[in-house]
Amino acid sequence: MSENFEPRIVAFCCQYCSYAAADLAGSMRLSYPPNVKVVLVPCTGRVDPLHILRTIEDGADGVCVAGCLEGDCHFLEGNFKARKRVAYVQRILNEAGVEDARVRMFNIAASDGPGFAEAARMMTETIRALGPNPLSTKTEKMTEEL
Amino acid sequence: MIIAERKPIKELLEMLAGHDKVLLVGCKGCVTVCNAGGVKEVGVLASALRIARRRQGRPIEIDEMTLDRQCEPEFISWLEEPIREKGYTAIMSAACSVGPQYIAERFDKVAVMPALNTKFIGGTLEHEVWAEFCRACGNCGIHNFGGLCPITRCSKGLLHGPCAGSSGGKCEVRPEVDCIWHLIYTRMKNLGQVEKLKALKPAKDWSSYWSGGVRRVVREDLTL
Repeated sequence: MSENFEPRIVAFCCQYCSYAAADLAGSMRLSYPPNVKVVLVPCTGRVDPLHILRTIEDGADGVCVAGCLEGDCHFLEGNFKARKRVAYVQRILNEAGVEDARVRMFNIAASDGPGFAEAARMMTETIRALGPNPLSTKTEKMTEEL
Repeated sequence: MIIAERKPIKELLEMLAGHDKVLLVGCKGCVTVCNAGGVKEVGVLASALRIARRRQGRPIEIDEMTLDRQCEPEFISWLEEPIREKGYTAIMSAACSVGPQYIAERFDKVAVMPALNTKFIGGTLEHEVWAEFCRACGNCGIHNFGGLCPITRCSKGLLHGPCAGSSGGKCEVRPEVDCIWHLIYTRMKNLGQVEKLKALKPAKDWSSYWSGGVRRVVREDLTL
């Protein structure tokens, strides 16, 4: 199973920086793993713990929240709030028996296309090492069969 | 308001052992304000419990509902239909401990369990930080202390001045806590009423706190 495992990662990207960085990475023809599916958010401060938990509950192998560099938030402190919320979700996942490394916060500037590509690679490798989300329907079915 | 906080997931999972269909009930009163049991916290907790149970290989169905208040019987009756229709075997209440008790008294066929630990009657110190301000002794005398309560806010509950552990206006029990007797003295000094603190007072009558069984308040003029 692990040989063919292609992680499914959801990235909540701030429109002012990380989303632009993802766009720039594409424009620069930088290659990065296609495992990361981007969700545009107006600010990472909009990302609620429930968004992340439900994403994991619904079977995503990993979730990253990508905001502006610290001090550069368009809304002043949305990315600081997001960082705290990511840490909160990590604590909850730990309590619930899921690896907290499946959720991670990144800070990427709008001009940093290579930074986004690197973050996507790093997250994909982390999740590949962890293996599939034990909550994905596919994994649960295979566990039952075993 | 009543300040509460969520119990650890592990403890909640132990309570839920043997139950596969559960209603998680939040409250839009105090526990919403202190972010322990409102609509959002109920959503997060339900998700966390579902995740944990799936990890254990014993999935659980958890529905969510948040009542306007759980400390009023008329709001508790809103649970009658879902309990009758959906066949829940347990109700988990994310309210102060009044909520689960009302639910337990109303519905005798379902297990009832608390999702929160009720901590104290308190106020907000800063965003998302709460502290205890009142111990509900039932006989308020804070006018004798410049409007500040030494029973609750002195770590030792001293009523006749500070202990020797007051240092630089802070308490020896926990340095981040203000010595309330320091604040009381400063305030009485500013009010020009330090002499009032020197007056001998009889021992506090605690009968309004402990004795006589369950305490009760009745407004005869408003009863139906």
